[in-house]
Amino acid sequence: MEFDLQRALDNLQLNAEWVGLRQVSEKAATRYVRDGHPEDNQISRTQGVMVEVLANGQFGYAATNQLDPQSIQAAAEDARNQAIAAAPWAVHSFTPAVRPKAVGQYSSLVQQPSNAISVSDLVGLMTQVCETLKVSDKVVQTSALAQTVETEQRFVSSNGSDVYQRFFFVETDYTATAQEGTVTQKRTDNGQLARCYQAGLEVFDPGAVLARAQQIGQQAVELLSAEECPTTTTTLVLAPDQMMLQIHESIGHPLELDRILGDERNYAGSSFVKLSDFGTLVYGSPLMNVTFDPTVVGELAGYAFDDAGMPAAKEYLIREGLLLRGLGSLESQARAQVPGVANFRANSWNRAPIDRMANLNLEPGTTSFEAMIGSIESGIFMESNRSWSIDDYRNKFQFGCEYARRIENGRLTTTLRNPNYRGVTNQFWRNLVQVGDRSTLGIYGTPYCGKGEPNQVIRVGHASPVCAFTNIEVFGGAA
Amino acid sequence: MSRLAPWEDSFEQLCSLLLSSLTPNEQLSIDLAGEHSHFMRLNHAKVRQAGTVTDGEVTLRLIHGQRTATASLSFTGNTAIDSAAALDALRDLRQELPQLPEDPYLVLPQNYGSSHEVYPGQLLSPEEAPEAILPLVQGVDFTGIYGSGEIVRANANSAGQRHWFATETFFLDYSMIAPSEKAVKATIAGQAWDADKFQAQVEEAKVQLQSLDRPVKTIAPGRYRTYLAPAAIAEILGMFSWGAISESSLRQGGSALAKLREGKTLSPKFTLSENFSRGTVPRFNSLGEIAPEFIPVIEAGKLTNTLVNARTAKEYGVASNGASSSEGLRAPEISPGTLSAAEILAQLDTGLYLSNLHYLNWSDRVGGRITGMTRYACFWVEQGKIVAPIQDLRFDDSLYTFLGQNLEAVTDFRAFIADVDTYGSRSLGGALVPGMLIRDFTFTL
Repeated sequence: MEFDLQRALDNLQLNAEWVGLRQVSEKAATRYVRDGHPEDNQISRTQGVMVEVLANGQFGYAATNQLDPQSIQAAAEDARNQAIAAAPWAVHSFTPAVRPKAVGQYSSLVQQPSNAISVSDLVGLMTQVCETLKVSDKVVQTSALAQTVETEQRFVSSNGSDVYQRFFFVETDYTATAQEGTVTQKRTDNGQLARCYQAGLEVFDPGAVLARAQQIGQQAVELLSAEECPTTTTTLVLAPDQMMLQIHESIGHPLELDRILGDERNYAGSSFVKLSDFGTLVYGSPLMNVTFDPTVVGELAGYAFDDAGMPAAKEYLIREGLLLRGLGSLESQARAQVPGVANFRANSWNRAPIDRMANLNLEPGTTSFEAMIGSIESGIFMESNRSWSIDDYRNKFQFGCEYARRIENGRLTTTLRNPNYRGVTNQFWRNLVQVGDRSTLGIYGTPYCGKGEPNQVIRVGHASPVCAFTNIEVFGGAA
Repeated sequence: MSRLAPWEDSFEQLCSLLLSSLTPNEQLSIDLAGEHSHFMRLNHAKVRQAGTVTDGEVTLRLIHGQRTATASLSFTGNTAIDSAAALDALRDLRQELPQLPEDPYLVLPQNYGSSHEVYPGQLLSPEEAPEAILPLVQGVDFTGIYGSGEIVRANANSAGQRHWFATETFFLDYSMIAPSEKAVKATIAGQAWDADKFQAQVEEAKVQLQSLDRPVKTIAPGRYRTYLAPAAIAEILGMFSWGAISESSLRQGGSALAKLREGKTLSPKFTLSENFSRGTVPRFNSLGEIAPEFIPVIEAGKLTNTLVNARTAKEYGVASNGASSSEGLRAPEISPGTLSAAEILAQLDTGLYLSNLHYLNWSDRVGGRITGMTRYACFWVEQGKIVAPIQDLRFDDSLYTFLGQNLEAVTDFRAFIADVDTYGSRSLGGALVPGMLIRDFTFTL
């Protein structure tokens, strides 16, 4: 990062209670191949500075991509003017305590750097993925996406913060669409863009990538002649690549303190969880242990400090089914007077931080996959999210998956297509009856968690073992 | 136009520099998107967060032979800084192109003609906005987002084409929430702040809030006569831009409207068009193509046109109609019908009146089946009279059914639902839509 952020801070002429500068510089390379032909090859760069000023107990911000001292001074004055104009109407009077001094560094763990594979070799691999996905003429469309992102972030403040964090993200998506007559089925690599990690180009091991592509193509074709998922109430077993979505929508979002405080009621929605529920609400069965953990190496949303300067640490949100803690930043903790976590995050330099998920994980249990399936007389095993919808209080959900199999007499049997299920959050989690052991754990993520006004999409990670739930409504596609 | 007005000259200088630096075998298109925006986030009729964002991004698409690649970078309006960064990006693209395979569907820059549209506004300054808005909403639980300022879109290419579109707009997208936690949702948007209009909207909403602050009625899942107000229809219309009306999605097995291509029809009461004559969005796309001012999409239930851009047109040998890169709707409108506002409740008789829908997704895309939730001001109606607000319900139904044989009536009035999305940048435009009365709309949870 060439711009001297500390010097820009030192040179500011401003009367304020606190000032912070957060610079973000990001370079993303996208390689997208469809049906073996290049669809998009793009290098995107963005950089800018968010100036935050605390004046009269109110934060104001100004974001600019003009990185020179005069523009930073002008932005700081804009931010201060915003704070002063809004202070008489402030939802809460803040102090610099919600921006503690933070000093440190972080870097994603990378085995192979971004130049380890040439552009032509990476595009060539994506082309090979398309060729491998097309296992038969019934596969009518194939696509392969590889995106690498390098993000540098520095945060300095008037109370001595100096944090430098460097992230490397690799995000991939391989898709086969198969068609026969009026039936169309799509299969992806654990769900759309679910394979997102903090990692280097070691992710693109050709042997592993092409083996997965082969299976994706075969399963897309297999789904064409599969039975429709039946309409029934049964035991539902979810793979980690669907648990990711289940955790995200029915645990992550309802536990965000800014939703509970009402900030999101005009957009993403509120929550069925009340502030008084922390420490008392039985969220799910005693097998349910949920952690907020930005320290998991390789998971998508790892970091050392959030954008308020709060050090990141693993925290139990739910332990043995009991709700303990919310997803709330120092600002939300000050407003709500309940414990929170280091989750004040902005998606770039041009948005102010808000309460977000980071890595939100379901801790493993003790049951092997074989033992879990073996214990179920009748049920359905679903994999890979393809549809998601939940109400604005995060109660009534309906999720769809790409691929399912029947469980009959302790064995996985016939393949089912268009599997869906629905439920109500607390009832669903209270029906959690088996949690897989560490051997069943899968780590996934999404770069597209949307929230906030103005809107922001941010990267979140979710790790989970395979889980079993009883008495769940399942059903198939359109009649 | 204040802060971004000089950007037109800066962009022109940048384009001249880049285009003059091309070799004879190179072609280039240049896109610009920028804004200077003031955002104020509101909760409980107070300010949660407030600030400004000045952002610009220029995108270069370089073509040499049958190869192409794209680079996007910050645009600051400072010619020296932008020129140096853009020349670096051009150099990177030149290094990258030989490493890429040939693109059989490459679209070359063309000169489709140039355009220049500037729509100045009369907006509140960031400093005066809190005092102008918040006193009018005291005493109610008011939450939402105010966004205001300049937006720029521009395009230039090596074939000589130039487009410039600049507008000053604001929006206040808000919910007024009753103690029952039910809400009246509304938006005021335009190019000149109108305090009187806003106050009238708020006073009308306060009256509506009283009808919401009553015990909530729980409705069992089932099929009900249902009135969908314009904002709810706009949510459904949004699904047409997500793997539905796009020609490429139809060709590639990803469209929910494939059955319309195969001859199935929707209700003759349903007519959908793209109409750019409102001037709220630019007609040019990122390839520089200009869409026709009016495109009939579905006429009286029959699929007339899909949305096609030049790349899709080249791949499948069809005509382009200047659609966006995603081939989504940019200026949609649904034609009105005959149901008057005064007749809605009487014709609904007994059923559900839904102001808004929430979090829609395809539950079976090929089957056209959509699921989602009711939200905000939704009521149970008996014999033409509102009985009570409802506990939110999940619907799951096929558009081939509820926009087909079960579409009973379309209102004779329409509402403009502004696009207030701010992912990455402020959106432009919106949808002009009526309300609809549906038979046997299916609710599942």
